[in-house]
Amino acid sequence: MPEPLLRVEDLRTYFATEEGVVRAVDGISFEMYPGERRGVVGESGSGKSVTAMSIMRLIEPPAGNIVTGQIVFQGTNLLELPEDEMQRIRGGKIAMIFQDPMTALNPVYTIGDQLMETIMLHQKVGRAEAREIAIKALEDVQIPNAEQRLGDYPHQFSGGMRQRVMIAMGLSCNPDLLIADEPTTALDVTTQAQIMDLMLNLAEERGTAVMLITHDLGVVAGFCDTVQVMYAGGIVESGTADDIFHNPQHPYTWGLLASMTRLDDARKHRLHSIPGAPPSLIRLPEGCRFRPRCEFAVDVCRQILPVLSPVGDDGRLVACHRAEELDLKTLEVDAASSPQVDADPAEGVSA
Amino acid sequence: MTDTARYAAAQGTELPENVILRVNHLVKEFPITRGVFFKKQIGSVKAVSDISFEIRRGETLGLVGESGCGKSTTARCVLRLLEPTSGEVLFRTNGEVVDIAGAEGDTLRRIRREMQIVFQDPYASLNPRMTVASIVAEPLVVHGIGTKQERTDRVKELLSVVGLSPEHANRYPHEFSGGQRQRIGVARALALNPSFMVLDEPVSALDVSIQAQVLNLLEDLQEEFGLTYLFIAHDLSVVRHISDRVAVMYLGKIAELADRDALYERPMHPYSHALLSAVPIPDPDVEARRKRILLEGDIPSPANPPQGCRFHTRCPKKQEGVCDVEVPELRELEPDHWVACHFPEVKKVF
Repeated sequence: MPEPLLRVEDLRTYFATEEGVVRAVDGISFEMYPGERRGVVGESGSGKSVTAMSIMRLIEPPAGNIVTGQIVFQGTNLLELPEDEMQRIRGGKIAMIFQDPMTALNPVYTIGDQLMETIMLHQKVGRAEAREIAIKALEDVQIPNAEQRLGDYPHQFSGGMRQRVMIAMGLSCNPDLLIADEPTTALDVTTQAQIMDLMLNLAEERGTAVMLITHDLGVVAGFCDTVQVMYAGGIVESGTADDIFHNPQHPYTWGLLASMTRLDDARKHRLHSIPGAPPSLIRLPEGCRFRPRCEFAVDVCRQILPVLSPVGDDGRLVACHRAEELDLKTLEVDAASSPQVDADPAEGVSA
Repeated sequence: MTDTARYAAAQGTELPENVILRVNHLVKEFPITRGVFFKKQIGSVKAVSDISFEIRRGETLGLVGESGCGKSTTARCVLRLLEPTSGEVLFRTNGEVVDIAGAEGDTLRRIRREMQIVFQDPYASLNPRMTVASIVAEPLVVHGIGTKQERTDRVKELLSVVGLSPEHANRYPHEFSGGQRQRIGVARALALNPSFMVLDEPVSALDVSIQAQVLNLLEDLQEEFGLTYLFIAHDLSVVRHISDRVAVMYLGKIAELADRDALYERPMHPYSHALLSAVPIPDPDVEARRKRILLEGDIPSPANPPQGCRFHTRCPKKQEGVCDVEVPELRELEPDHWVACHFPEVKKVF
């Protein structure tokens, strides 16, 4: 086994609000290897983005705090680095692409200025050379007339083109890890296909590891080798994309897949649905966080928070007390009988 | 034409018994103006350009397309939330046929009771200062229906129909999650016992596990109350699940209109091919062997749409001298399968 590129150990990131402490990320651990494409999936409020922001150290005190944990990147604990060294890593060794390219780009500077600024900050090059690198970067993301477009402002680009610029900016310094937070969520589906295709080719070509954060399991299926599923601030299951999609072992993963509509599904059937809504991150339920919505919950689920532990020997990790005994794969997804659980509709109201 | 004259004209229009709504040659253009005081029109955004379709009683017609294709504008014209530039919207109500595009006063008010809309954003479409009870009762108040007590009872009934508890009546929208808010929106839409509902991206803002709940609810209500739906969405998987027939729009025009299985299994328009091939399927094996049809460039501006076929600038099958010159008519190439393309071809895309 090679050295992990990134090792996150018991990370807890909390936010102080007037109503109480929001435990956005609450004790997650995972590893990523060089060149790995990892999907981080989950619904709103599951802690996906906060995980990414914590890795980039973009959590701003006093409201947000990384309470405990380690984020070891290429052997260095990022949480112990002084800010100036962290700045060299941000945008250099680790780059990040955001959902909304319009707010991530500065509207009053040209694309060229912004690209060259990033390049000159991280590479020891002068303006002329930075300009060459910037043109090359725009050509790599297939922006036509790259040289002329350096002088354009963000508003002169379409949404898809702006996201290409963001990818160009992210990759211009040859990062070892690219974090893409919902990079195609704001885009139309045909544009999404273009962008994901581009990202896949570039990442493969350069061997860049990519952490793809998304709520869209379809996008993950086409892009990622490994997947981690998050729920209410914790990782509930992780494994290879094949295993997660074809043999989910956590009831939440299973429920999520069963409740999705599929383009290639010709059946006229009732969808399976997960009852209730995710819990408030201020008042998490005792025991397993998915318990109030879980149709397989037993007594122990009410009392003890399950730990993410190995199931089988293919690297699969599942946080469920019943992971070994449940055989979700063989379960007929029959939603005609919607599961009955003790979820009070009001209980699920999230803050 | 006066209200009555239009109404009379519409009375004579043929509308088959099973058709609840027919849109004829609908056009909606938004003016582009310059200047502050003397607004001078310098152009127009052609949001919807001469489209026609019908919706049959009890069915769900899915209207899909990417941002800016005109799907929401179409829906708003159908409900007369926007004034159509030209065209007819014939609606069957109580055995008579009325042109919504020309209706006014009492006629319009009466038709409006029959047709309702559920919006995309459950956060923005509910007034945060009103209780759930007053939100759901508002249509009844506006149309002067029932006494106060009757309205209270009706609200309780509606809340339980959409799967909320009657005790929720006195709470405010912020106390509810996204899925529950969307249920409140549905309850409000049902208050007047409509026969026709426009669902404008009703589940797009919701998480997957909640989407399924709301889709199931909409299907149950359709069955229980015999509702007819116009379902607008950009998510083609959701549309396949819920629709009986599907219309694909591109830049203000209908590209293809067919029975849902025909459209997904045997699409004929090159834009439908590209659109369907772009939708990811949550299965790594399927994804690994699929071939995407990647379109070049971006959607042109609706203020200045291309000549001829609107899709020809990005179409992998375009032929010069034809596609860039002549606008393709929507033709029925197979029973109930309509395509607007000079060179249609059946192609399986997954």
